[in-house]
Amino acid sequence: MDTAVTAKKKWWSGGHSPFNVSYGKLMMWYFLMSDAFTFGALLIAYGTIRFMSPSWPDPNVVFHSFPGMGHADLPLVFVSVMTFILIMSSVTMVLAVHAGHMRDRKAVIKWMTWTIIGGAAFLGCQAWEWTHLYESGAWWGRNPFLNVDGTLASTNFTNFFFTITGFHGLHVTSGVVLNIVILANTLKGTYEQRGHYEMVEKVGLYWHFVDLVWVFVFTCFYLL
Amino acid sequence: MEHTHTGVAHEGHTHDSSTKGIWKTFWILLAITVFEVGLAFLYLEFDFMARWMLNGIFICLTLVKAFFIVAEFMHLRHEIRNLVMTILIPLLLFVWFIIAFLADGESWKNMRKDLAPGTPVAPATHITNEPAHH
Repeated sequence: MDTAVTAKKKWWSGGHSPFNVSYGKLMMWYFLMSDAFTFGALLIAYGTIRFMSPSWPDPNVVFHSFPGMGHADLPLVFVSVMTFILIMSSVTMVLAVHAGHMRDRKAVIKWMTWTIIGGAAFLGCQAWEWTHLYESGAWWGRNPFLNVDGTLASTNFTNFFFTITGFHGLHVTSGVVLNIVILANTLKGTYEQRGHYEMVEKVGLYWHFVDLVWVFVFTCFYLL
Repeated sequence: MEHTHTGVAHEGHTHDSSTKGIWKTFWILLAITVFEVGLAFLYLEFDFMARWMLNGIFICLTLVKAFFIVAEFMHLRHEIRNLVMTILIPLLLFVWFIIAFLADGESWKNMRKDLAPGTPVAPATHITNEPAHH
């Protein structure tokens, strides 16, 4: 990578990346951009249907449970914990990338392990939430929740909820798998031999993107 | 900024060894989330402002959070302009995407209302209904 960078540098004259990043990182960015449109399309479809509907279930009524708290009415609490876990795992991921820059193998191993634990914890929370909703009668094609105005709701609400959080959960799952691969390679010393930890950065970009999508899912399903 | 340095070819950037910036971003994200949840609770309890205003606040805060994740965690703020633009300009399509589709949903609802069985024929210039979304 050419880094003799000055303000006058001619980025498009050839001989180096006009984006000043490696091919792999650039392609990860383009992939994430396309993935942003996929998630965007799903969320906008959800918004369109919600605007079309005369009434819609109240998220504070639907999502009000917390593990082990029985029938206590705790809207937003559980999903806030999930959000915190995901933000935290994003932080440990940045710390892993940072440690990679420092060529500090031990710290990369430590922070990647924490990131994997965070991702797994998030998935565990989601599994609990899905199970809980399933047991209260909600699933694709089934919606036990009433609209805000007391009328019967269509299955649009549950269909979109399970599809979008499911698609996000699938991304988290593949993120955890990728993180495990990176951790294994770090343990094997692959990046030490290669002389850099750029793979940690690339997978880190993907992991932050998963966190970014969750920020929007959180707003669209639980706050609005 | 690190990009103004003339670095050794294979070393890439020079890196700051402190993690202060990372933790600062974390605290900002956490504070915004706590504020959002707190506001939602206050709204449930006291219903002190219009729903559309609350939603507007939530959407703005979401965009602020997105900015910090992309700029700091994904490091985009520290990349060169070419990369920033090649990623962000295509995302401007979302502006059109969102406006067009939400407007479509809104008009769909009004059409269904106007054309429901037993509804008298609407005058040519009818008043749009309040959005009933919540």
